[in-house]
Amino acid sequence: METSVLTQPVCKFAPWDNPAQKPLVRFENVTKKFGDFTAIENLTLNIYEREFFALLGPSGCGKTTMMRMLAGFEYPTTGNIALANTNLQKAPPHKRPVNMMFQSYALFPHMSVEQNIAFGLKQEKTSKAEIKQRVEEMLSLVQLEPFAKRKPHQLSGGQKQRVALARSLAKKPKLLLLDEPLGALDKKLREQTQFELMNIQEQLGLTFVIVTHDQEEAMTVASRIAVMDHGKIVQVATPAEIYEYPNSRYSADFIGDVNIIEGKIDVTTGETASLNWAEGETPLKVSTKQRPNHGTTCWLAVRPEKLRISKEKPENADNCIKGEVWDIGYTGNISTYHVKASNGSILKAQVSNREHLADRPITWEDTVYIHWEKGAGVFLEN
Amino acid sequence: MTVADITSPTDETSKASGTKADWGRTLLIAIPYIWLLIFFLAPFVIVFKISLSDVVIARPPYFPTFDLSEGWQGFLAMLQAFDLENYVWLTEDTLYLNSYLSSLKIASISTLLTLCIGYPIAYSMAKAPQEWRATLLMLVILPFWTSFLIRVYAWIGILKKEGFLNYFLLWTGIIDEPLTILNTDTAIYIGIVYSYLPFMVLPLYAVLEKLDTSLLEAATDLGCSPLKSFWVITLPLSLPGIWAGCFLVFIPALGEFVIPDILGGSSTIMIGKTLWVEFFSNRDWPVASAVAILLLFLLILPIVLFQKQQEKQMEVSR
Repeated sequence: METSVLTQPVCKFAPWDNPAQKPLVRFENVTKKFGDFTAIENLTLNIYEREFFALLGPSGCGKTTMMRMLAGFEYPTTGNIALANTNLQKAPPHKRPVNMMFQSYALFPHMSVEQNIAFGLKQEKTSKAEIKQRVEEMLSLVQLEPFAKRKPHQLSGGQKQRVALARSLAKKPKLLLLDEPLGALDKKLREQTQFELMNIQEQLGLTFVIVTHDQEEAMTVASRIAVMDHGKIVQVATPAEIYEYPNSRYSADFIGDVNIIEGKIDVTTGETASLNWAEGETPLKVSTKQRPNHGTTCWLAVRPEKLRISKEKPENADNCIKGEVWDIGYTGNISTYHVKASNGSILKAQVSNREHLADRPITWEDTVYIHWEKGAGVFLEN
Repeated sequence: MTVADITSPTDETSKASGTKADWGRTLLIAIPYIWLLIFFLAPFVIVFKISLSDVVIARPPYFPTFDLSEGWQGFLAMLQAFDLENYVWLTEDTLYLNSYLSSLKIASISTLLTLCIGYPIAYSMAKAPQEWRATLLMLVILPFWTSFLIRVYAWIGILKKEGFLNYFLLWTGIIDEPLTILNTDTAIYIGIVYSYLPFMVLPLYAVLEKLDTSLLEAATDLGCSPLKSFWVITLPLSLPGIWAGCFLVFIPALGEFVIPDILGGSSTIMIGKTLWVEFFSNRDWPVASAVAILLLFLLILPIVLFQKQQEKQMEVSR
């Protein structure tokens, strides 16, 4: 597996690689149809205990449907969903050890922050003293102690988000579902809250499933990501794996920025394939363990930050494309050069701006060389 | 979380830009005030004046009358002739107190009945598929297309001894003897509930339709059964609709005259009926006016109290 290539901490958390580990959540050949529309198609997926699992995809890809099936608001048309080895087939939402944090937060407007957090505990005949203690714990967890008596309409967006989180955590669910939990927050607060969510998840040792369309958010918080498209899972892997070794153009394109070059196989020698990508250009080399036949159409994906750009033709580069600077996207910390190759396609190369603006030599309409190692690209067959 | 977060940002009210906008605003507010002044305050003052007068056999049937030609002296003389005799009279004869109490009872019970019937209707309308809702709303309003009076008369045909209801019940074998419903309090309740049901259903529907379904999902997600979540979420959040509907039914029902007159029996006394008798049969305008003024205060009191309560609640939650 490619996983071995990545540098991982010594005691890594990877229950999905351990065949002895029993998954907490199991989707088995789940299909969900709404009338003629198939929202989820024959989907099988395991989620393990203490995971922070992200369902990532564009709107309408079925990620919310999956979450709603876990919560019990929808039932699968065919197939099974099991939670900790109990079949959830017919369990109504109020009988599942699963809690959800809603995208709209769904705070009860007629109840104070305290009452909102205590709501779930009250349904369980928990003693008054225990409820009080638990509510206090939750309030301190989300740092909202001074707001206990307030009503939701007196809170800011970020505070509401915390109350919603505290409410869904109060019952210590086996599984916490988060439906676009940070969607309504501004960028700064969102980034800060992402780390808080991760800390809370680790601190409480719970299993989180998050639904998001924001790939950066998924990359930051998740232990594993399932990239979804049209009711199907395209790839399930750790954020680094998906980023470095996407299994398809869809995953490569959905996570991060990428250059995808289409071509036909020239020759495959050892673990290197050569790709004819444009008339009169040297074939591009890419490392792969597959042995594709000569003439098959395939793709080379390479991340913009892995490309190097220079005004002089480099010596001994595995791949080198000559082009013209078409556009420069300057975002402060990095500059993205859009370089037009001989066949008209645009390649993006990112350079971090270590020097001051005036010292940077490359500018519009310069002739430049883009080059990269054969290991930097990924060979894709679909 | 910092201390700065505790004080919520106050909305910067935009300063009025120039006197032109101020004028427009004043004019806009003035229109409803002038309307109320002409069509509510002025008639009220006239009725109040009559209620302080004495009954005479004349035209108009009360004294003193206000004559502009006598000027300031005439006005002062009129003021001196005023007394509270009619109000004292209302406390001396138990008929009036009984009418008020009986009206209160009938209005309260029928408001409660209307709520019990109207809530499920409004609830099922709000839960109906989107494409049906407009039609259902239409059906609720449909009775208004026929005259109120004709609809109340139609109930005589249903409720009388040889009416449709008795005919149907005898036919099904539920009863052996025809029921006496017409000219009883039951008939009044049926009439009021039927006539005022739309006033209950419409505000309730407006509230229930806007209710965020994710709140109910959140409640069940937190372990609350669907039935219980109705009591702890739906019902409390529909309280504004319940209050609005109850006031819309209770207030007209309290002064109702047509329904008790047509469907009720001679033994049923309601304040609206008593007022009518004083005005048209006895031609005692001053007493009738005093009854009307008291009725108004009887209605204003609960409304003011309710609003104070609402304001207090808002203060507490702040």
